[in-house]
Amino acid sequence: MLKIENMTMRFGGVVAANKFNADIEKGQIVGLIGPNGAGKTTIFNVITGVYRPTEGKIIFNPGEEEQDITGLRPDEIAKLGICRTFQNIRLFKELSVLDNVFIGNHLRIESNVFSSILKFPNYRKEEKMMLEKSLYLLEKVGLEDEKDGKAHSLPYGKQRRLEIARALATEPKLLLLDEPAAGMNPQETRELMEFIKDIKDEFELTIFLIEHHMEVVMGICEEILVLDHGSLIAQGDPESIQTDSNVIEAYLGVE
Amino acid sequence: MKINNRFKKSLSMLIITIVVLFILNKVLDDYKLRVLNLCGIYIILGLSMNLINGFTGLFSLGHAGFMAIGAYTVAILTMPAPMKEMNFFMKPIVPFLANIEWSFFPALMMGGVMAGLFGFLIGAPVLRLTDDYLAIATLGFAEIIRVVFTNTQSITNGALGLKGIPASTNVWWSWGLALVTILFMTFLMEGSYGKAFNAIREDEIAARSMGINLFTHKVMSFTFGSFLAGVGGGLLAALLGTIDPNMFRIVLTFNILLIVVLGGLGSIKGSVVSAIIVTIAMEALRFLDESINLGFVKLEGVAGMRMVIFSIILMAVVIFRKEGLLKEN
Ligand SMILES: Nc1ncnc2c1ncn2[C@@H]1O[C@H](COP(=O)(O)OP(=O)(O)O)[C@@H](O)[C@H]1O
Ligand SMILES: [Mg+2]
Repeated sequence: MLKIENMTMRFGGVVAANKFNADIEKGQIVGLIGPNGAGKTTIFNVITGVYRPTEGKIIFNPGEEEQDITGLRPDEIAKLGICRTFQNIRLFKELSVLDNVFIGNHLRIESNVFSSILKFPNYRKEEKMMLEKSLYLLEKVGLEDEKDGKAHSLPYGKQRRLEIARALATEPKLLLLDEPAAGMNPQETRELMEFIKDIKDEFELTIFLIEHHMEVVMGICEEILVLDHGSLIAQGDPESIQTDSNVIEAYLGVE
Repeated sequence: MKINNRFKKSLSMLIITIVVLFILNKVLDDYKLRVLNLCGIYIILGLSMNLINGFTGLFSLGHAGFMAIGAYTVAILTMPAPMKEMNFFMKPIVPFLANIEWSFFPALMMGGVMAGLFGFLIGAPVLRLTDDYLAIATLGFAEIIRVVFTNTQSITNGALGLKGIPASTNVWWSWGLALVTILFMTFLMEGSYGKAFNAIREDEIAARSMGINLFTHKVMSFTFGSFLAGVGGGLLAALLGTIDPNMFRIVLTFNILLIVVLGGLGSIKGSVVSAIIVTIAMEALRFLDESINLGFVKLEGVAGMRMVIFSIILMAVVIFRKEGLLKEN
């Protein structure tokens, strides 16, 4: 699904990611863990085109129809089917909950702006579908009752779920979640884990997620990548990661 | 059900507006009719700037320039040949424009198209990089247009300006097009493109991560806004009958900005109400700029006093009530 080859990202003197390699297989839930400042969010930013890597390549759909997406714009990458959520929630704050999800559909629209203004049948048809899909996704994340409220008036946990619904509206194949459980209580966290597994199956997603809650990572990820100071220090299934001496030293031990 | 209700409400609003305009058109004197027309024109101008600055979150200060393009296009296209000859006594008009005489509506649309075209030509390079410089670029553009129009004597008649532009603007044109603009804005902002403009204003990083092409959407919004500013400028030219380059100074842009900020950035209703209030207030407060004779004492007016007052109001709103005076909630 996604291959990262020898990716290095430097910010001036800071090496946020150092010769990072990863191969994410289709249909998997892959976790990315590591201490604060390890470079996890930077890797997401490089994949989604927010930053162009200093070195290395990002390949989407490796194999037959592979695409080199290194250096593409974020909107182009989203159109190809990679969407994300943000560690520091970035909703369209002043807009309604429903509009937030509705806007997630916009990238797939085929009618032009004049059809939208004149409300031509082709636009109306698309709009109706977009609206239905948005409502369905809101129901999925349990926010259907709050659809008319402003996004920023939602409590923290619900804002995180709204971000996921918005990302799903773009019809991604690969979904990147940056600390989806941050700020959630244990109950919400458990629901989130079920939810992630559920949407993975329903929408045939591949999921790459950053998380600090070990319960989440160990509970739902089939493959885990461990990052420290921008470098990959371990990789494997949850059991092997938990017993890996490098990881215990660099990360789990200090916690 | 909901749509139907809204349709009924809109229809009754429309009928009331038409009846009121009909009556006002009969009873008002020439001066008051002119103010009424100005209200309609400023609704168009306020909405067009709100589209760019309020709904999309760009910062443009080029309105006077786009209005000048619309105004001159309409003037040159609609003035009959003999009138042009009278105007261009210093230097004759270029031959291919000398005998052109279009009717009002196509000329007005052409004014919008020309303004939109210039909007696109300035917007595209600036918005491709970053819109931080849009304010400066558009401000510069508006001043350049004024200087260019002052110096292209064989097209614009330079500093002498143009007199005797057919007075085609009436209440039906100004308010008719104001209503069309209100509908245009309402439908645009309800649709998915308009919502994408809003998303860009709210958070550019999130918007582009959701697949919205920032460049094409910003250029779209900016070009529509410029088009409407051109139409407003054209209506103004055909209302006043006389234009010259100095009419289109930055103060004009400032007046429209005042309407937009008072009415609330991103509020259609707000801009409409605010356009009417500001236009009437500008006229009503004209006495501040002139001297007042109270019989026993004569107060000397200060030229520009109105602008000082409006500037103070503008600053107060920006500081104390950013959402505008008229925006609900
Ligand atoms: N835009 C940037 N400019 C400069 N330094 C950055 C930038 N983004 C991230 N960094 C640096 O890169 C390192 C990794 O940051 P980040 O990827 O956010 O870590 P994590 O998500 O693992 O906590 C940090 O030292 C951070 O300061
Ligand atoms: Mg991070």
